[in-house]
Amino acid sequence: MIVAQRKTIPDLLAIVEKHRKLLVLGCGTCVTVCLAGGQREVSIIASALRMAAKLKGLPLEVEEATIERQCDNVFLEQAADTIKNHDAVLSLGCGAGVQALAERYTGKPVYAGLDTAFIGILEERGVWAEKCAACGACVLHQYGGICPVTRCAKHMLNGPCSGSTEDHCEVDTARPCAWQLIYKRLKEIGQLDQLKKTKPPKNWRPSLAGGCRTIIREDHRV
Amino acid sequence: MKSDGFQPKIVAFCCHYCAYSSADLAGSMRIQYPPNVRIIRTPCTGRLETEYFMKAFENGADGVLVAGCLEGGCHFVEGNLCAKRRVDYTRDMLAEIGLEKDRIRMVNISAAMARPLADTITDMVETVRKLGPSPLKKKNLVKLESRT
Repeated sequence: MIVAQRKTIPDLLAIVEKHRKLLVLGCGTCVTVCLAGGQREVSIIASALRMAAKLKGLPLEVEEATIERQCDNVFLEQAADTIKNHDAVLSLGCGAGVQALAERYTGKPVYAGLDTAFIGILEERGVWAEKCAACGACVLHQYGGICPVTRCAKHMLNGPCSGSTEDHCEVDTARPCAWQLIYKRLKEIGQLDQLKKTKPPKNWRPSLAGGCRTIIREDHRV
Repeated sequence: MKSDGFQPKIVAFCCHYCAYSSADLAGSMRIQYPPNVRIIRTPCTGRLETEYFMKAFENGADGVLVAGCLEGGCHFVEGNLCAKRRVDYTRDMLAEIGLEKDRIRMVNISAAMARPLADTITDMVETVRKLGPSPLKKKNLVKLESRT
């Protein structure tokens, strides 16, 4: 899932204070699961903004709504009437959701209420960790399902850097060394021979090298 | 000067298995505590979400008291520990908004602690009285010149 976290209330207020009627719009997908922009967070942030605005003497009306998915036009349509009745939208969706909203409702200011952080998973209650850098050319099959591009601080593709101490990364000692994990995992599944193959330099062109990426599926186009 | 004649309105979320029972016991024992608290019984403080506290403040509470079981004694194992973390989160949120952190407090009370509950409520009322009325309740906070 996409993991995000909220901006601070003073930051949010500075963004929206010039408006009178604001809609805080949540998203029921990734950001609900990472507890950043779902219905509950919409309620909390809207309350906080109403109180902060009142304390600053700002005539800001804040209303709340949440749709199932902000990155999908079908669901964005459901919020059309609500959005029409407001001066601006503070989206608690990820960066994709904010931009989908801005593209769909061209005349309406749309602001990001969250800082979108990474693609990751819930590791334990209240802890999310990055697992995928969306590099566009997945190499996970070579590394036992553990991504050195994302999880090695130095993105090493041909073995560890030798800086790790007791299985932990030298860049952040709280983090396990990705290469230690890769070795253990490949040993467990009997694929240590993968490490004998020297990998050529990674092709970064499918990553962000040429700006934003597009995938076109002709078989699905109409 | 802030405290002159000011009677704080405090919402007290009390766990059914401990603090609510201790309030009941306080009544049976004729122990008095300030009438400033509005007690809301909850099945466990772990059920409480940050939004409940926010709504309480938004709707005019001067303070919020969350009273759960003693640590290690929660009927649902760790509900009170969850509540403690949410109260801490709310305290930070209040600071971001511009309200005093001390307007919300988490306490741990067992069902037999009628006297400590009364003392806790008295202390909370005094704390909030010193802080003064919630600034959100002041009238005409919205600048008239910015209404146009």
